[in-house]
Amino acid sequence: MRKLLNTLYVATQGSYLRKEGETVVIEQGGEKALQLPIHTLGGIVAFGNVLCSPFLLGFCAERDITVSFLSEHGRFLAAVRGPVSGNVLLRRTQYRQADDPRVTRDVAKNIIEAKLANSRLVVNRAIRDHKERVDDSALSDAAAQIARYLQQLERAKNADEVRGIEGIGAALYFGVFNHLIVDQKHDFTFSERNRRPPLDEVNALLSFTYTLLAHDVRSALETVGLDPAVGFLHRDRPGRPGLALDLMEEFRSVIADRLVLSLINRRQVAKSGFKRAENGAVIMDDKTRKTLLVEYQNRKQTEVFHPYIEEKIPIGLLFFVQANLMARFLRGDLDGYPSFFWR
Amino acid sequence: MVDEDELIPISALQHVLFCERQYALIHLERVWEENRFTAEGNILHERVDIEHHESRRNYKAEYGLAIRSLSFGLIGKADVVEFEKDDAGRIVSIVPVEFKRGKNKEEDPDRVQLCAQALCLEEMFDCEISEGQLYYLGEHRRRSVEISEQLREKTSGLIERIRIIAASGATPEAVYERRKCDRCSLFDLCMPKTVDGGGKNVARYVQNQIRKSLHDEDTCKEDV
Ligand code: SF4
Repeated sequence: MRKLLNTLYVATQGSYLRKEGETVVIEQGGEKALQLPIHTLGGIVAFGNVLCSPFLLGFCAERDITVSFLSEHGRFLAAVRGPVSGNVLLRRTQYRQADDPRVTRDVAKNIIEAKLANSRLVVNRAIRDHKERVDDSALSDAAAQIARYLQQLERAKNADEVRGIEGIGAALYFGVFNHLIVDQKHDFTFSERNRRPPLDEVNALLSFTYTLLAHDVRSALETVGLDPAVGFLHRDRPGRPGLALDLMEEFRSVIADRLVLSLINRRQVAKSGFKRAENGAVIMDDKTRKTLLVEYQNRKQTEVFHPYIEEKIPIGLLFFVQANLMARFLRGDLDGYPSFFWR
Repeated sequence: MVDEDELIPISALQHVLFCERQYALIHLERVWEENRFTAEGNILHERVDIEHHESRRNYKAEYGLAIRSLSFGLIGKADVVEFEKDDAGRIVSIVPVEFKRGKNKEEDPDRVQLCAQALCLEEMFDCEISEGQLYYLGEHRRRSVEISEQLREKTSGLIERIRIIAASGATPEAVYERRKCDRCSLFDLCMPKTVDGGGKNVARYVQNQIRKSLHDEDTCKEDV
């Protein structure tokens, strides 16, 4: 299997990144803080006021290492990457297929089936692992209803119906999300999903984790030569990475949500690590963000079984494998898009 | 005559000879994985100048010469081309020399590559080339390769094959062959085991997964 390369996250304000031979040097306060060989990196993500020398940017572009710039709080600003790789014929095929209602429905259906199955699994795991501490009946009820909609998907006539069922499934899942928080319940309460801006600590954690996930899925799509902007489930909207959002649906609950839940339930984050801005937005402090980044990185090393390729692979490679399977499907190597089901 | 846009890079010949799908992935779909072999290849070419120096009268060597043939539709670069001239300065012989890693293998890809270079040089200099040479860095010696009729036929057959695949625009299906695939630099991008024989039935896969997730709840072992 392909090697899982590290993503270098730089969140210390005022850091300066430069190239030295075949290495990246990170300077903080005029001092060398870290030096890494470039060939171990798959991407660099810089948060806020982080500078990067043009030579390093050029070198990364040459080596297919995307450098992304995000605001301090994780909003995407810009990315530097080399020339668009991959095949223009593949992208044309992608656009044609995205215009075909039958293909759109089939792909959307497979993705949302995986999404519902995976979020249902998160709910069921909570029942199994924390039987005495959770509202068993609310959770099993939600799991049972999600199962019903999951079966309904098979009969969806078009992508709109799929989107409709997805909406209901998401509502059922987030309706019981607060029950999945079993520790620090007073400090971390989830009432509904909000993101612009996140209005509570849980939403702040979720939004930030989704940003990291979106970044990884997007680079995976670019690596295999697909256009992350043109999706099947998410309709085109300027500036929106539709296909990246599509693929993310399979991973949100099992990767991002479970990460956030375990940070709270294992007391790796605390309410004191957040502050409230004038507009009501809840933002995490540097330490909390660092904890989350480290945990996310660790999570990516964890191996999972992929039921389609029938191999154990690190989570970090899952994005790449799904992007590749999508490309294979669009090229006609596969007779459908095999979405990822967590086991 | 071939349109300049449709010139085939000489490197494509060794790819199509190795595996038609690999050729299509690299040249039509433009996927490329830098791996150990290609990385070593680059280093190798930087060493050409150091390894090889000769100075004789009436002799000239060109390094990294850009070559092409419009009648065969080829384009590429030759590591070294040796020119032998007579006293009047006319070229009497041209010999392409390729540098190879390791020891003498006399593998077909190397010979085909030399032959393609010879075809280009013949057209460019309006001459006939009867031999090329392979220089094996591992053993510091040259081997002569005859540009035979048979080798020429093999090479033009491969060029023909490339044109057919390129014109169809379709990437040949993967057929998993251990000997080949396990040392192929594109293995992870190609997924030959997964897409072998047109791929598994995805609709059935998805249904199975849903069934499993609805019924075998207890089989999951991994923890939060
Ligand atoms: S992995 Fe096998 S089938 Fe795929 S390109 Fe390489 S040699 Fe060809």
